[in-house]
Amino acid sequence: MRKDIAIEFENVGKQYRLGRIGTGTLAHDLNRWIKTTILGKEDPYLMVGEVNDRAVKGNSDYIWALKDISFKIEQGDVVGVIGSNGAGKSTLLKLLSHITTPSVGRIGVNGRIASLLEVGTGFHPEMTARENIFMNGSIMGMTRHEITSKLDEIVEFAGVERYLDTPVKRFSSGMTVRLGFAVAAFLEPEILVVDEVLAVGDAEFQKKALGKMQDISRGDGRTVLFVSHNMASIKNLCKSGILLKNGMIDYIGTAEDCVDRYIGSTDTETSSNVVFGPKDHMPWVAREMEFLEMRILNDPNAIATDEDLDFVLRVRRNAPIAKSCCYSVFFLDTEERAIVQYVTEMMDVPADRDEYEVRLHVKDHHLTKGAYIVKIEMGVKDFAMGITNYDQIDHAMAIEVKHITSAEKKEYSFWQRSWGGYVSHYHNGITAEIC
Amino acid sequence: MDTSSYEHIINPRKKLLDLDLKGLWQYRDLYVMYIKRDIVTYYKQTIFGPLWYVIQPILTTVMYMFVFGGLAKIPTDGIPQPLFYMAGITLWNYFSQTFTACSNVFANNASVFGKVYFPRLVVPLASCSSNLIRLVIQFVLFMAIYIYYVVAEGLSFSMTVAFLLCPLVVIVTGLMAMAAGLFFSSWTVKYRDLQYVVQFGVQLVMYATPVIYPLSFAPESYRWLMNLNPLTPLFEMFKYGCLGVGTFSMGSIVYSLGFTLVMLFVAVLVFNRTEQNFMDTV
Repeated sequence: MRKDIAIEFENVGKQYRLGRIGTGTLAHDLNRWIKTTILGKEDPYLMVGEVNDRAVKGNSDYIWALKDISFKIEQGDVVGVIGSNGAGKSTLLKLLSHITTPSVGRIGVNGRIASLLEVGTGFHPEMTARENIFMNGSIMGMTRHEITSKLDEIVEFAGVERYLDTPVKRFSSGMTVRLGFAVAAFLEPEILVVDEVLAVGDAEFQKKALGKMQDISRGDGRTVLFVSHNMASIKNLCKSGILLKNGMIDYIGTAEDCVDRYIGSTDTETSSNVVFGPKDHMPWVAREMEFLEMRILNDPNAIATDEDLDFVLRVRRNAPIAKSCCYSVFFLDTEERAIVQYVTEMMDVPADRDEYEVRLHVKDHHLTKGAYIVKIEMGVKDFAMGITNYDQIDHAMAIEVKHITSAEKKEYSFWQRSWGGYVSHYHNGITAEIC
Repeated sequence: MDTSSYEHIINPRKKLLDLDLKGLWQYRDLYVMYIKRDIVTYYKQTIFGPLWYVIQPILTTVMYMFVFGGLAKIPTDGIPQPLFYMAGITLWNYFSQTFTACSNVFANNASVFGKVYFPRLVVPLASCSSNLIRLVIQFVLFMAIYIYYVVAEGLSFSMTVAFLLCPLVVIVTGLMAMAAGLFFSSWTVKYRDLQYVVQFGVQLVMYATPVIYPLSFAPESYRWLMNLNPLTPLFEMFKYGCLGVGTFSMGSIVYSLGFTLVMLFVAVLVFNRTEQNFMDTV
């Protein structure tokens, strides 16, 4: 038995039926049963070759949530699984943790798997914290003996000593999560599957949980699969990454590359022209004025640090109240931390037309190599109140800085985003004099 | 893929007889926890607490005495009504509660089943066992009333050697309830209509089973029909063991037993098939 590979997926696919169960389903079931069992033909609903894109209406009621998934994970690797909503991340984890089975393909696993698909699984509100620790632990596959020996540690980690004999229905939701995570954290499986558990709990607990995750992933060669939308924790915790897109593998490589690639591909596909849909606007803006479209005149995939950036915004006035307006562009890093903001002067909105274009020219951005998110806002600037936004789009587009100078197109070999740097002043802003 | 290099292989379909009994044994602590949970949560935040286990059969017995004994005047084979009804209710509660719990096992546990894998059979087995504990409590109540009748009312103690068969009857009843429940569970999960069928179906079955009347009350010409219900011989035998009255033959007992075993076998296979993909349809 080869022990170095912990998990292998071989051409795994999972198909789901769309729509509701009801009229028609029984007919489909019968049809399927007759074709496959009695006539020995292929399943008439297992269509091959359709791509799962939730935004595009397909011509079949059946979709492939996952398709042609093949990869191997080595023992002790910590793998981040990323992808936008509906890319198939959760389905992948469900297949791996044996909650449902694949429609085609095979999965090979070495070692005991424990999944933290959601903490506190099986908690019964009427039972006390102590009873629930035992219940939850046994659901996760621990024996009574194991739980008893770790009870003190679990209770201490969760910080619930005082409430040990109180029913969990009296707990705050944060406390319930702490308790659930504590039990799970003291499991000792060879393979741990984690799905977005860190999104809840207060800051102190998140830090504790993240630390525990790091311990788990560093210690004694445990394999961890980690799904999260928090790119910072993926980069922090994971060595390698799997990027899923529309149910298929888009990229496998280091966690770093995966995250950059994902950010680069979100919504915009690093295209130089983005048309905004209703969901792109932040929900709280009143949209007296609205962004319709954004273009970048540079090549968004190969920007140089010394290059000036040109954006064209197409906007529309929806309410006559908007007489003048300022426009701003922000650059955010891939963990969505704001790095720099540019704001224009207040400018009059053209009186003769409601739709017009604005060209923004950004000089000396000095961003170093890496992927960045562009965020845009427009509104009324007021030194007392700050800016009141007419419209705001947090993920307008993505750009990637690649070169030091646009003239030479040299690739960076030093000082890049992944080392923690944001700006670079190469041959710029600094002079040297030998004396 | 070199299948020999992995401890577990997850395939699109399990083999029909791949029951994973080893896994079931590994999760025996979970089985115990589920029993405990069923018992404890039943009376949490109640004033009477565990007394509810006996209040329910007592009130039901009183009601039956009034309706079936008093108004409808259905005979009880010469046995005092409270004893006769209590014996029937004790066994019937066990059957119906186990059956209902097992038939809804997927729907009721979807949230847990959707997140963690463990052999799903643990849960119906645990319901079967926790209901067995209720049965024992109710049986103790039955015995207390029995002893009262013998001491205070001079009822002759007619418990026969057949009483020794009662545990067997109880086990077969439990297995049948579980088998029927598992069988339905595989379908209720997809077609919710069946939940309603189960709900009122179990009430109808009670009237088709000699729970509140003796089989001897049924006309001779209909008895074969009643005996087609595999529960009939079990209830008659239970009452015969406890109270010394009952109408059954060796053949009908063998029929019940055979029916249960075949059904259990098929039900477990169907259940095993369903458990791998039910999350997609729940």
